[in-house]
Amino acid sequence: MLKPRVIPCLLLRGRGLCKTVKFSDPKYVGDPVNAVKIFNEKEVDELLLLDITATLEKREPNYELIGDVAGECFMPLAYGGGVASVDHIRKLHRVGVEKVSLNSAAFHNRRLVEESCAIFGSSSIVAAIDVKKTLFGKYEVWINSGKTNTKEDPAHYAERLAGLGVGEILVNSIDRDGTMGGFDLTLLKSISSAVDTPVIACGGAGTLNHLREAIDKSGVNAVAAGSMFVFHGKHKAVLINYPTPVELETLRLVNSPP
Amino acid sequence: MIVVVDYDTGNVGSVLNMLKKVGAKALVSRDPEVLRGADKLVLPGVGAFDEAIGNLRRFGLYDVLNQLVVEERRPILGVCLGAQLMARSSEEGVQPGLGWLNAHIVRFRATEGQVLRVPHMGWNTAQAEAEGGGIFREVAQPMRFYFVHSYHMVVDEPGLELTSSVYGSRFTSAMGRDNILSMQFHPEKSHKYGLQVYRNFVESFESC
Repeated sequence: MLKPRVIPCLLLRGRGLCKTVKFSDPKYVGDPVNAVKIFNEKEVDELLLLDITATLEKREPNYELIGDVAGECFMPLAYGGGVASVDHIRKLHRVGVEKVSLNSAAFHNRRLVEESCAIFGSSSIVAAIDVKKTLFGKYEVWINSGKTNTKEDPAHYAERLAGLGVGEILVNSIDRDGTMGGFDLTLLKSISSAVDTPVIACGGAGTLNHLREAIDKSGVNAVAAGSMFVFHGKHKAVLINYPTPVELETLRLVNSPP
Repeated sequence: MIVVVDYDTGNVGSVLNMLKKVGAKALVSRDPEVLRGADKLVLPGVGAFDEAIGNLRRFGLYDVLNQLVVEERRPILGVCLGAQLMARSSEEGVQPGLGWLNAHIVRFRATEGQVLRVPHMGWNTAQAEAEGGGIFREVAQPMRFYFVHSYHMVVDEPGLELTSSVYGSRFTSAMGRDNILSMQFHPEKSHKYGLQVYRNFVESFESC
């Protein structure tokens, strides 16, 4: 049976890892290579590494550092941040990244999405969508690390990206980021029901129950979390952690895929 | 020396990382001379069938691989698309495969009334069906591997199947014959399970 994936989402800022709250207030949480070594020992399903300043600084991914991380990563690794051309994706594959996530570049350049899916295969290309709710409860897609509002409707936007061939869609709720209060199930459901493409939920996970809820109630295929896997206790001490195999089994019993 | 065949269609970096992890001397190359000097080969692959076969021809690797694998019987491990290329044909393309294994590749289909999201992406178990020259020796049970694929193998000759898995229905997830190993899953991305497979391939595998 196929198991729903549980994915630590790590944010890269410069050479260090950080964790944000609502895409702001980055707090340093450690060295990326060390963190990945620990996640590797815990046999995590997959890892997601996002460079949150690359696009803002208009620079390419830090291939050297990503290569160091990939060298310790004996599970699938997805990378996002500053990826704006087919050549960037090729370089990332060479240093050991399986999947590349496109966010701002996918908004500006549809051809890049189509081209990269054709060249590298759909399963190597992830489209990331950052979403924020307006005061009136309407969902809108933001790009540039949550700095620019595109005014796009997330479900329509996801449909369009799926139509361009992407293999997965990563949905990140800016409002829930770092809050550890649970996923935005309404948002996730609206996207997972709009596309056949596998959806990864991100933003808001704090407990195993949150993961279970998202898998069970919103139709997503995978759940990602940042704070939950890097912080421990009410004072948010940095401690790399991941559910035990037994805990993961309880998630998997609930959702028995076909 | 293990040579990871580089034909612009693979996750060569990940395979090389795993080979280094198990202590193998390994490099990535598309130089026919370097391939000829290899003790063993790995054929990775991510992407589309026809483009991959086209790249093997374009880089002048098609005939070299046939010579090394079919005539000289060098041990080779094909992964994912690289595994599928070893079959006779695939529904994904019109180009014939390498044809080393009497098998063909078909798309996942849901049986009636079934919902089946394709690609099959994530961790799944694999059940050993044959000894396979000890390639799965000492792999922790149940064996769990990472899969990403929309097409799967169908063996056309008894005895080819090494492992089976279930997604929607049962399918062949690894095949092998003589010096040839063909794995649909990604052992280089499958933690201790895949590490042991690579270790067996490097240290002891000669023939199924």
